[in-house]
Amino acid sequence: MGRYVIRRLLQMIPVFIGATLLIFLMVNVMGDPIAGLCGERQCDPATAAQLRSQFGLDKPVWQQYATYMGHVFTGDFGTAFNGQKVTELMGTAFPITIRLTIVAIVFEIIIGITLGVITGLRRGRPVDSGVLLLTLVVISVPTFVTGLIVQLLLGVKWNVISPSVSTAAPLGELIVPGLVLASVSLAYVTRLTRTSIAENNRSDYVRTAIAKGLPRHRVITRHLLRNSLIPVITFIGTDIGALMGGAIVTERIFNIHGVGYQLYQGILRQNTQTVVGFVTILVIIFLLANLLVDVLYAVLDPRIRYA
Amino acid sequence: MPDVIKTKTDATTDALAPPAAGAPESAADGHKSQGKPRSLWGDAWYDLRHRPMFWISSILLLFLIVVAAFPGLFTSVDPRDGDLTNHFLTKPELGSFFQPDWFGYDGQGRSIYARVVYGTRASILVGVGVTAAVTIIGGLLGMLAGYFGGWLDSIISRITDIFFGIPFLLGAMVVLNAFTERKVYVVIFALAFLGWTSICRVMRSSVITAKQADYVTAARALGAGTKRILFRHVLPNAMAPTIVVATIALGGYISAEATLSFLGLGLADPTISWGIDIAQGSKDIRDNPHALFFPAGMLSLTVFAFIMLGDAVRDALDPKLR
Repeated sequence: MGRYVIRRLLQMIPVFIGATLLIFLMVNVMGDPIAGLCGERQCDPATAAQLRSQFGLDKPVWQQYATYMGHVFTGDFGTAFNGQKVTELMGTAFPITIRLTIVAIVFEIIIGITLGVITGLRRGRPVDSGVLLLTLVVISVPTFVTGLIVQLLLGVKWNVISPSVSTAAPLGELIVPGLVLASVSLAYVTRLTRTSIAENNRSDYVRTAIAKGLPRHRVITRHLLRNSLIPVITFIGTDIGALMGGAIVTERIFNIHGVGYQLYQGILRQNTQTVVGFVTILVIIFLLANLLVDVLYAVLDPRIRYA
Repeated sequence: MPDVIKTKTDATTDALAPPAAGAPESAADGHKSQGKPRSLWGDAWYDLRHRPMFWISSILLLFLIVVAAFPGLFTSVDPRDGDLTNHFLTKPELGSFFQPDWFGYDGQGRSIYARVVYGTRASILVGVGVTAAVTIIGGLLGMLAGYFGGWLDSIISRITDIFFGIPFLLGAMVVLNAFTERKVYVVIFALAFLGWTSICRVMRSSVITAKQADYVTAARALGAGTKRILFRHVLPNAMAPTIVVATIALGGYISAEATLSFLGLGLADPTISWGIDIAQGSKDIRDNPHALFFPAGMLSLTVFAFIMLGDAVRDALDPKLR
């Protein structure tokens, strides 16, 4: 297991370098990093040239990338457009978004897997068709529409929650935004669990377990669920990265100053340091989550062993 | 009745073989009792015809495509025609079907019904365009990686990993922000730029399964060239999972376009798009929710139709789930 993890960590290095280089190129080559520095209008040529040499933008791209990565490895992510250190922004933004993502993941696991098990065991019954149709509707309505409607109903009309989250963003205020963020993935988790449970429910080991006289709940939790969770875990694992990146919409609706908010500002102002820095961290989280998923496989299915 | 049951068991045995691989042969064996052999596609079509979900979504999509192609047939009003003096934020008149005031008027006195009708084109174009681009790029790369293996596979797979690691929405935003003029094709490019990875992975794995089939060896023994083997033998038998993923993803791309427009980075005026209208409607959602609900409803309905179609196609092509 230890050797497997080390090998996987080493394999991450080229992907990590490639992904950061790609996002670096996308911001620097496709866009113009100094375009946002003079406000809405164009910089005049002299200022532009001066800014370019000041930020090292007149050097070849590979050299810029190497310098940037050199700084990153010493813990210096550069400065954002407003002069704040990017690491400072990260320090305030990441805890908020991580809290939001955890809320979302917890919803996915609790509601998604429960609904999936219920419908998977009752395939073809009205409960199943009803939940299946509901998941289709949830997937079809884009997250930002769901968010706006939830905010309007719960926050403004019925006053159940505050429509905008405070700067500190405590866990309590993030429950509804977390549910909104989770909604589409939640529907997918339900559907995945349902298919997986329904497929395994016909398998020999379930019949054996029932024949042995095990109580129903034990058959479901220990035998059926454990074997059905692998595709679901895979989905949730890859979803962690997508949720943190996709939080940009939810954070905008509920005015949460997390990663999505900082990235949105960074992208609009074409601030290379902010965008590349934040995306770098997101890529690392994504890769680590994938590794965690692979390690979890071995826990769920003892037949899978990593040498 | 016994006949139907037989078809089902046959389909299950098919499914035990690697997905799609060798399906025409085994299906032919299984259906000898019915006289004419059915291929995987024939089987899938037989299954699809008996699903109400397939017909509902197809009719809905056909209707949407007609609206997208000929918006003039459904309304005589210009969607860009704003009349502030008479129609500023008029509430919808739900009884007057297909009239300009059906869905009410927006903050610039434009008929929301006309805008919803004309907005269909942008959404359908983006959805179909991105799906086509993604299927061609991802499918081709996945096919090459899966069929040739070796160093080519390693390179393509690592590139896929790299593109897959960047969050989809963020990447699209970065690409779009670089363009000052955001037309439909720019949005298609931005979404396809990062979207091809999942198709590539799906295609690669199904090509790897398909190329090991006996008929591929047989074709090679008969002296067929690489191109012929790839396009006549491997591709038709490896396409099913890709088609399923692409159909379901199509709805997602339409939704992504609207999300980007909502964030102010997708399509921009004067293009008419549901996403732009939803973004504008969201500013005044408390007092005039109708300006948001109708474009949002149409958008959701379209995504719903595509996902339902994808679901039906998947169930038909993957008999394991029956």
